[in-house]
Amino acid sequence: MTTSNPFGSEPNHHVLSVLVQNRPGVLARVASLFARRGYNIFSLAVAPTEQEDYSRITIVVDLESATLEQMVKQLFKLVDVVRISELDPRNSVERELMVATVRSTAEQRGQIVELVNIFEGKILGVGPEALSVSLDGSPEKLNDFSELLRQYGIIESQRTGRVALPKLDRTARVRAVKETKGKAS
Amino acid sequence: MKSNQQLTGAEALIKGLELEKVEVMFGLPGGCILPAYDPLIKSSIRHILVRHEQGAGHMAEGYAHVTGRPGVAMVTSGPAATNLVTPLCDAYMDSIPMVAITGQVPTSAIGTDAFQECDTVGITRSITKHNELVMSADDLPLAIRQAFHIATTGRPGPVLIDVPKDVLQNMMTWHWPSDDEVIDSLPGYKPTTKGHPRMIKEAAKLILESKQPILYVGGGVLKARAAEALRELAELMNIPVVTTLMARGAFPDNHPLCLGMPGMHGTATAVTAMQRADLLIALGSRFDDRVTGKVSTFAPDAKIIHVDIDPAEQGKVRKPDVPIVGDCRLVIEEMIVALRDLMAGGTKQADISAWRSRVNGWKENFPLAYEPSEPGAALKPQYCLEKLRDASPEGTILVSGVGQHQMWSSQFWHFNEPYTWVNSGGLGTMGFSVPAAVGAKVGRPDKTVWAIDGDGCFQMTAQELITASVEQIPIKVGILNNSNLGMVRQWQEMFYDNRYSQVHFSESVPDYVKMAESMGCVGIRVEAPEEVESAIDKANSINDRPVVVEFRVAPTEQVFPMVAAGRSNDEIMLQPSQEMRRELLR
Repeated sequence: MTTSNPFGSEPNHHVLSVLVQNRPGVLARVASLFARRGYNIFSLAVAPTEQEDYSRITIVVDLESATLEQMVKQLFKLVDVVRISELDPRNSVERELMVATVRSTAEQRGQIVELVNIFEGKILGVGPEALSVSLDGSPEKLNDFSELLRQYGIIESQRTGRVALPKLDRTARVRAVKETKGKAS
Repeated sequence: MKSNQQLTGAEALIKGLELEKVEVMFGLPGGCILPAYDPLIKSSIRHILVRHEQGAGHMAEGYAHVTGRPGVAMVTSGPAATNLVTPLCDAYMDSIPMVAITGQVPTSAIGTDAFQECDTVGITRSITKHNELVMSADDLPLAIRQAFHIATTGRPGPVLIDVPKDVLQNMMTWHWPSDDEVIDSLPGYKPTTKGHPRMIKEAAKLILESKQPILYVGGGVLKARAAEALRELAELMNIPVVTTLMARGAFPDNHPLCLGMPGMHGTATAVTAMQRADLLIALGSRFDDRVTGKVSTFAPDAKIIHVDIDPAEQGKVRKPDVPIVGDCRLVIEEMIVALRDLMAGGTKQADISAWRSRVNGWKENFPLAYEPSEPGAALKPQYCLEKLRDASPEGTILVSGVGQHQMWSSQFWHFNEPYTWVNSGGLGTMGFSVPAAVGAKVGRPDKTVWAIDGDGCFQMTAQELITASVEQIPIKVGILNNSNLGMVRQWQEMFYDNRYSQVHFSESVPDYVKMAESMGCVGIRVEAPEEVESAIDKANSINDRPVVVEFRVAPTEQVFPMVAAGRSNDEIMLQPSQEMRRELLR
């Protein structure tokens, strides 16, 4: 078990990448398992993969309530779950998207635009007293960005939760889903 | 098996069940499932019409318990589906293979709060091994094949298929999927059955080194049909065996190596032997809280070999030294081979004779016991069970509800054959007994089937005796009537300072004899010890209808031994007459 630390301050957080059959109710099954067993989800992102029969769920779990091993084993028992990998942030590429509405007077606008440019974010809209901005990047970068925006006043913000894949390893062969090792019960 | 045969979804459903070799199903029709009941008229499948859907579920469980084949229940949508919730959860907790088919409102009405609509797959998601809402008639055959495959392989469990009414009515082109199609359709489902050879060898070494081993046998041994293999292993190494509540009968009670049941109401010998063991060989058992007592003090010196087909059981409660994922029968057989190889190679088993004689000393000093009733005083429930045990044919199937009568049944019966004990272990479902006994009798019509029930349990599902009468399923029911919720009363006596709250039932209402007769059964009342034997003989001689024997028993009787909830197994409360010998349990 690695001691990944995706948010800099939460040693209990681990990132699971869960490949599931893309069938109705699959997200409900995963969510209901976590609820039923008292496991904590910190964030969750889900979307279909390159193969339309499968979806990938990236879950950041909080291990305060149970061991990672037990969570993974219970998840594996769901018939629709095909593969689970724990992603160590050091060996994965991770991205998250954030949109935020920031309070901004006319005088402050220039400062905020400068900040957005430094972070390579985007201005989505400008109003008389606020700006809508977006930023994608590593969760840490998003943390830093929102910390800096906070001094102006964040009216609303929404993050997607992280999505992640293992880093490309030039020596490893690309595995097809069909080759996935079996799992039990 | 491609064809151009056009069938309705309902015809495909029933045909699919026939192809899955379903001989009997338990159910009750209603609005949304109606289309499925029409092709049933000319089907080879026997349908048992129940009086309440919960009964259908428990009957399917009882049937599965004694036959090893999946029990099938079919009911309509809404309230019928919710009535099936308790048996589904029961089957999930006890790993009973079961397939439930529920009707659903037509696809166009789903989500509109239509009449008798409920979110069946949502409600049953966490109490089934798998469930599926089938949205097209063409998908039905695969859904059926998947359901039976999932219910019966790996760790068995209940699978539910929810079928909207229009899906049953629509036409489809018949196609019966091949085994490969089924397996390919479930890329996330590949149970491991064969144990890891290196782990099995590790386990064999630990067994040979152990001076104080115990075989801790759970329900998984019965699910895996591994009783014979277990006996061979136990006899090969002379290792004493405890059989949990779910495993009674997996190892013969009359075998010298058998120590009986462990746990909260287990024998002092079984409980203590596990505490003092240096090795627990857990076979298809899950370290349930009713077995371990306070986990941190459970079997403190024991290494653990844990064989279970469900990897999630390993390390859930207690971290094993040697985890083996696999089917109990295959693993035990491999383990025997590994042990024989090691012994042939010169490895000797450690001397366990001192351990054996210590365990046998406990057996002699702490037999299960109760105080016989004084002349003229109320009957003792244990006495009734002993008489019933001795008067019933060998191989009688005993089915119990939940509570004191269940514990006494497990304690005082002698289970010498597998699949002769049916009860609700994990969920502890009061009312399980009568319908489960009906299902067991349907599955094994050649056997005598006795349901032992408490008066509290009996009143929850007694109406299924009407089903038994009308369908000519001649079960026998022994009610241990103490006019109390006995186990609750025992806890109030022990842990609430005799402050009885809402545990008293009426002595005389209902009149169980009249109640039995009104349902087409023979009713017999027994109030004195001298009436017990003749009543049992009479009941055993009636085979054309169900029989209910009401035993009026002492309400004050308590179940011993007992480990209080959350306490250490070392703090076991012994049968009062044995307390003075407690020192011997070291």
